[in-house]
Amino acid sequence: MFTYALNALLQVQVPGITERRITDIFKPLATPGEAERQAAFLTLAITGAIFIVVGGLIIYTVWRFRRRADDDSRQEPPQVYGSNQIEAAWTIIPILIVFVLIGVSARVIASVQNASPPPKALKIRLIGHQWWWEVQYPDYGIVTANEIHVPATPDGKNATYLELTSVDVIHSFWIPQLAGKMDLIPNRTNYMWIDPREPGVYVGNCAEYCGTQHANMLLRVIAQAPQDFKTWTLGQQQPAGNDAQASGAKAMFNSLACVNCHLVRGTPSVGKFGPDLTHLMSRQTIGAGVLVNDAKNLRAWVNDPQEAKPGCFMPSMKLTDHELDEVVSYLQSLK
Amino acid sequence: MATIDYPLDRPEPIAPEFSFSETLYNWVATVDHKRLGLMYVVSALFFLVVAGIMASVIRLQLAVPNNHVVGPDTFNRLFTMHGTTMVFLVGMPMVAGFSNYLVPLMIGARDMAFPRLNAFGFWIFLLGGFLLYFSYIGGGGLSGAGSAPDVGWFAYAPLTSKAFSRGAATDYWALGVLVSGVGSIASAINVIATAFCLRCPGMTLSRMPMFVWVMVVDSWIILVALPPLSAAQIMLELDRNLGANFFDTQAGGSAVLWQHLFWIFGHPEVYILIFPAFAILSEVIPIFSRKPLFGRPAMVGAVVAIGFISLGVWAHHMFAIGMTSWSNTFFAASSMLVGVPTGIKIFNWTATMYGGKLRMRTPLLFCIAFLLQFLVAGLTGIMLAVAPFDWQLHDSYFVVAHFHFTLIGGLVFGLFAGMYYWFPKVSGKMLSETLGKWHFWLFCIGFNMTFITLHFAGLLGMPRRIYTYYPGRGWDTLNLVASLGVIPQAAGLLCFVWNIVRSSLRGAPAGDDPWDGWTLEWATPSPPPEYNFEKLPVVRSSRPLWDLKHPQDPDWKFE
Amino acid sequence: MAEDTVITADALQMERTWTLPDRGTVGVIFLIITETVLFSMFVAAYLIYIGKSLTAPFPKDVLERPYFASICLFSSSATIVFAEHALKKSKLGIFKLWWLVTILLGGYFLFATGTEWHKLIYEDHLTISTNLFGTTFYSLVGLHASHVIVGLIFLLIVFVTTMLGFPIHTQERRVKFLSWYWHFVDAVWVVVFTVVYIIGLKS
Repeated sequence: MFTYALNALLQVQVPGITERRITDIFKPLATPGEAERQAAFLTLAITGAIFIVVGGLIIYTVWRFRRRADDDSRQEPPQVYGSNQIEAAWTIIPILIVFVLIGVSARVIASVQNASPPPKALKIRLIGHQWWWEVQYPDYGIVTANEIHVPATPDGKNATYLELTSVDVIHSFWIPQLAGKMDLIPNRTNYMWIDPREPGVYVGNCAEYCGTQHANMLLRVIAQAPQDFKTWTLGQQQPAGNDAQASGAKAMFNSLACVNCHLVRGTPSVGKFGPDLTHLMSRQTIGAGVLVNDAKNLRAWVNDPQEAKPGCFMPSMKLTDHELDEVVSYLQSLK
Repeated sequence: MATIDYPLDRPEPIAPEFSFSETLYNWVATVDHKRLGLMYVVSALFFLVVAGIMASVIRLQLAVPNNHVVGPDTFNRLFTMHGTTMVFLVGMPMVAGFSNYLVPLMIGARDMAFPRLNAFGFWIFLLGGFLLYFSYIGGGGLSGAGSAPDVGWFAYAPLTSKAFSRGAATDYWALGVLVSGVGSIASAINVIATAFCLRCPGMTLSRMPMFVWVMVVDSWIILVALPPLSAAQIMLELDRNLGANFFDTQAGGSAVLWQHLFWIFGHPEVYILIFPAFAILSEVIPIFSRKPLFGRPAMVGAVVAIGFISLGVWAHHMFAIGMTSWSNTFFAASSMLVGVPTGIKIFNWTATMYGGKLRMRTPLLFCIAFLLQFLVAGLTGIMLAVAPFDWQLHDSYFVVAHFHFTLIGGLVFGLFAGMYYWFPKVSGKMLSETLGKWHFWLFCIGFNMTFITLHFAGLLGMPRRIYTYYPGRGWDTLNLVASLGVIPQAAGLLCFVWNIVRSSLRGAPAGDDPWDGWTLEWATPSPPPEYNFEKLPVVRSSRPLWDLKHPQDPDWKFE
Repeated sequence: MAEDTVITADALQMERTWTLPDRGTVGVIFLIITETVLFSMFVAAYLIYIGKSLTAPFPKDVLERPYFASICLFSSSATIVFAEHALKKSKLGIFKLWWLVTILLGGYFLFATGTEWHKLIYEDHLTISTNLFGTTFYSLVGLHASHVIVGLIFLLIVFVTTMLGFPIHTQERRVKFLSWYWHFVDAVWVVVFTVVYIIGLKS
């Protein structure tokens, strides 16, 4: 049995940054989401009107023609078989409505799907793994995980373009307040774009069932003011922290099996299976959003990841307390 | 008047006495369409209860955030088995059961066209169900991993490949679905051949009861939509067990191919499932409104139109896979167009009630709730067909709510209407009206509590198939309300089961024709004898019993 | 009650002249429709994966058009018709002869498929798991071959029972359905041949 003491801490608000947790698709803060909201509102208006008219008619009919207590049950009502005019009317009117909706869909599909990136747009390659996200910035040489830093763009001119693919099964990228879904499919590359209008953390989930821990494959898009974003990229481009005080801890880390799966740039740790740890401490969460990234959680996570995320591929390494202390202190030096 | 010879009063046949083993043998070896139909419906009800219990556990787990009633693996197995069971072991046998029992009776035939094929179909379906559930025991396979399948009912590749789904659970899933599909195809061929070849004299296609029409078109969709599923399952099994590469993305295969094959089946499938409800409503609403079905030719036309348009809409399940904008627009358009004939059906049912004298008995209550709920389901379906809206709604709880509105609010309500309507024919006993009303109101309130709420969870970004979620995302209250809705639904179902048991034992005798019906099944005793009709009837209109009961004002004068 | 007498006469007339299609005919037609859909999915998979194989062997290197076997299969469609005609005219000897020829032609086709597969597997090292070509080739051709086998089994049952003295002329209707099935298997081969040995051969 798992113990669940940790879960009280899950998804605690990270201090110092606006986190938009109510992911209402009708309150978009980016152009694709806004185009989708407009299409949605028009659809809702039309279907809502249909619901009121037809639903009202059904209820009226039921009420008006219910059999009364004083009714002569032997007397059948007039036998009406149909009417071609009425049939024609309720065939043609819905077809006209459908054509309006097709037109709207076509226009919005084209405006979202066929937008071409400006030459200087930020490009990000997002790769799905069971159950975390690998984020690559090819133009900056940065690799990180689970948290996608992008510049906020109040005027919408600095859109970020995403290339989506997967190394194992199908996942789906969904930040409701930014844009609708796009799947990450192995052996196929999909494209989409986002342009968050306001700085802040936009959260979302993997939206295609991808196995055991599908529920805990959480997504964070961190939109920053262009200046802050630049600072962040510069920080990420630095080699891994080489704190002299942590050299013993570093040696300990490199002597353990951690290095088989994780990459810390510029060290013997060159694994590729798990997330890149070069700047682990710059991330807000651990385990694709299951724990806030602080010392206590980090220690608990390294001790036994199966407790917070049962079924994930990082095993409990059964470290001794000493080893655990050293590994955590090394990880904490990776700023 | 002597020629139309199916007297409404005749002596009770004497029931022969059988020992238990003889009775068992008679049921197992039967080729009688009525017994097979009943066995289909009873097995479907059994699986409905099983999958309903699974759904209750799912709702229990999701009632509050960070809940730990079940772990992720168990949860994933639960929703996989729930979905697969409901579609393949509840919906499909209900189609076969209702059409088996009623089609021969309604067209004045003595049995189905191929009685032995019929028995084969039932037993192979049951074998399919057994294979699927055997995965709980045998699913671990030699590797010892897992028990029941946990790949979701549409089992997207490559999650189903050996690499990501070890053990034999997914094989049991594929084989169970494949085998029960063979049963569905057998039963579909049978229904079509029966309706085409065994109609009683005078029953032209234009006089065939609407129920039979809908079931014929339903069988047609089964015949053209199930083979793609079978093909996909065969490919999956070749991949898993012979190392073929159909869905192996490492070898250049396409993960999207599975989705195409699956949804070429999967979308018509939802029409296959809802058609029995259409069929039932088209019989029940006229009888309880005391008026003929409004716009019969239009209703037939709409059903046939759905039978063809529904084959060309499948990729609306795939708006998020990155299709070209042209494909997205095409499938958005075709998906919305299929709403038009569906709308025509709702309008015609309403028009049938308009001007009638509505007898507010339990079957009609279920039909009225069907109309309103299916209207909602249809309109949310239009929302999902608008591709840009679907990019947001796809794979969210909105979709879950939408298809439960079609399948519970539509299909299950329709099936209940049908069961209350035909139970007197099948058993010779009336169901209790009081318990029926309790069943209806409890179930209706509980259903709407659960599934209206879940639409909003989807609009707030809750994806489907997550075993847990964190507090503070605005989903907590919605999920709690949705889970509480299980209680009235379960209570309603208990009323139904109790009603069936109690009424079978000591219900009021029904007589041949308790509802003052118009189609031929009401012209034989309740329950009907094995040969259905002593003398095959001759009909002159689509309402033969109306003609008989109203010699001054028969239908055939107007048709 | 003049009207009633009209109905009576009319109804009696209806009962006497009421004819409907044969249930076997309808059943077999719809069975063939559903089988056609099954085949078209495998054909579609083959077409989609043409040229998508990542590793050798490719069709252009290893496939040869099985002209002779195909001619045999197509002509068996004619011989089974001859057999049917003979049965209609109650010429049992001729029926047996054409029926046997049909079985031999079908059998040769199956044998040719077997030899082709043997060569592909042992000389060209192409199996179902080698690449996408192997996967789609063996599954499509194999699905067809399995239908040939089923057809041959039924043909053999008819032949053996007839040789043992079973009055096959009483089963003319079922012989006709069997013949339809056999035509269907042939027609599928036209499609498979076109897709595998013409369209896909050069990739």
